[in-house]
Amino acid sequence: MLKIEKLETYYGNIQALKGIDIEVSEGEIVTLIGANGAGKTTTLMSISGVVPPRSGKILLNGEDITGKAPDEIVPMGLIQVPEGRRIFPDLTVSENLDMGAFLRKDDAQIKRDVEYVFELFPILSERRNQRGGTLSGGEQQMLAISRALMAKPRILLLDEPSLGLAPIIVQQIFDIVKKINEEQKTTVFLVEQNANLALKTAHKGYVMETGRITMADTCENLLKNDEVQKAYLGM
Amino acid sequence: MNSTYFIELFLGGLTRGSIYALIALGYTMVYGIIQLINFAHGEIYMIGAFTALIVSGALAFTGLDPVLIFLIAAVVAVVWSASYGITMEKIAYKPLRKAPRLSALISAIGMSMFLQNYVLLAQTSDFQPFPELIPDLAFLDPVSNIMNTTQFIILVTTAVVMILFTLLIRYTRIGKAMRATAQDKIMAQLVGINVNRVIMFTFLIGSSTAAIGGVLISSHVGQINFYIGFIAGIKAFVAAVLGGIGSIPGAVLGSFVLGLTESFGTGYISSDYEDVFAFAFLIIILIFRPSGLLGKPTKKKV
Ligand SMILES: Nc1ncnc2c1ncn2[C@@H]1O[C@H](COP(=O)(O)OP(=O)(O)OP(=O)(O)O)[C@@H](O)[C@H]1O
Ligand SMILES: [Mg+2]
Repeated sequence: MLKIEKLETYYGNIQALKGIDIEVSEGEIVTLIGANGAGKTTTLMSISGVVPPRSGKILLNGEDITGKAPDEIVPMGLIQVPEGRRIFPDLTVSENLDMGAFLRKDDAQIKRDVEYVFELFPILSERRNQRGGTLSGGEQQMLAISRALMAKPRILLLDEPSLGLAPIIVQQIFDIVKKINEEQKTTVFLVEQNANLALKTAHKGYVMETGRITMADTCENLLKNDEVQKAYLGM
Repeated sequence: MNSTYFIELFLGGLTRGSIYALIALGYTMVYGIIQLINFAHGEIYMIGAFTALIVSGALAFTGLDPVLIFLIAAVVAVVWSASYGITMEKIAYKPLRKAPRLSALISAIGMSMFLQNYVLLAQTSDFQPFPELIPDLAFLDPVSNIMNTTQFIILVTTAVVMILFTLLIRYTRIGKAMRATAQDKIMAQLVGINVNRVIMFTFLIGSSTAAIGGVLISSHVGQINFYIGFIAGIKAFVAAVLGGIGSIPGAVLGSFVLGLTESFGTGYISSDYEDVFAFAFLIIILIFRPSGLLGKPTKKKV
């Protein structure tokens, strides 16, 4: 579904991605773990077209999307929930959801999808007329995921959804991610620092260090791997 | 103090405030979206005024109804100014989108000087009379000592523009895209908004309202030259900062506060200090509210 080949991305003269290869198959949950500054966010921003790569290739369902603008990539069904959630602070919860469906025209179906995300996260329904900026961190993450669902993702990119949240909320959010993956058949590419949880949720995992992929394996194997245990699981 | 004089000054203040508001909208919207003080914005207002002057001059001999001439001139002025605004963004600001902010600011100042001098060369520095195209409205006769026809038209037009503008920002797709882009450009891209198109549209709207202001003030004052955009631009900029740059209601509020301050200041104190009031007031407000009347204290970046 998503295939990344020899991707290199720079910020000015600083090379953040040093030729990475990643493959995410349809229906999978694939995770990318790595320490601060490894280049995980850069990877997602390059895929989404916000930070265009200097070289390499990004293929979405076989189509080359390298260098395409974000507003061309979104309608292809590749949707990102960025790091830090990025809720529009002065828009209400409902308006934030509307923005998620910005490129859609099927108003009737949009209405049903709003009801669907309100079922997933009933708290958002209670807060629908509240400004996004006034929500708690957990509610904002729920809203961020819901806003992404409003775009009808075929593949969902999640950047550290657990960041700064209480364990119980994290569990709730991961359960929903699994549910979306199973029920809607949405492919998920999950970036996480919480390696333990990520590897237990996903099918396949990549480990990133300073702009390079250093390991790629099934999550089962990665959880048993000595290096991974030492570096990322605190064992 | 007599009350007629007070009302006259009050209406005069609202009139000034209206013009400032029509210009200040462009400053504050552009700032809200690309954090640029578009120094050349006042020039768009001036170009709007000149376009209307030229068009109405050309149509003067056609025998058309003067009101119709005025309307045609206004529409052409708006369209022409909007195309100037969009072109300006394309050639002077867009290439500098990723450059330090100072570069874009200098580019804006350069653009302002270029447009002023270009009109100076084309039209000389003399004030040129703007034709009186709008006949006096009969129902204003009883109050003609405090409000004349062009003032009335300025107030009504501004009110209509403000209402339309509010509806646009609140309810339309592009309005929502503008708000989203102002709040978070990266997230706006991630939901599929074409940010370049939003920026272009922002210049289009800002230039159009400024041009409306330019046409209205010309018919009110009756004469224009190349320099009117600079003065009005600075005042409207002060108004936008006063209200809190980046805030749309702030720009409108700031404009009326400024217009009224100037009007009462010149009426009751001295007209010699007309331009001093604006800046004195700005300084006083900013001492107590550094981010303006309706501005947000500081932008929080998560
Ligand atoms: N806008 C930017 N300009 C310059 N350098 C950047 C920019 N964004 C990221 N970098 C650099 O690129 C490298 C990778 O950053 P990135 O944000 O992708 O890491 P990350 O793996 O997401 O880290 P974290 O876990 O802290 O979110 C870092 O060295 C960072 O300093
Ligand atoms: Mg990151």
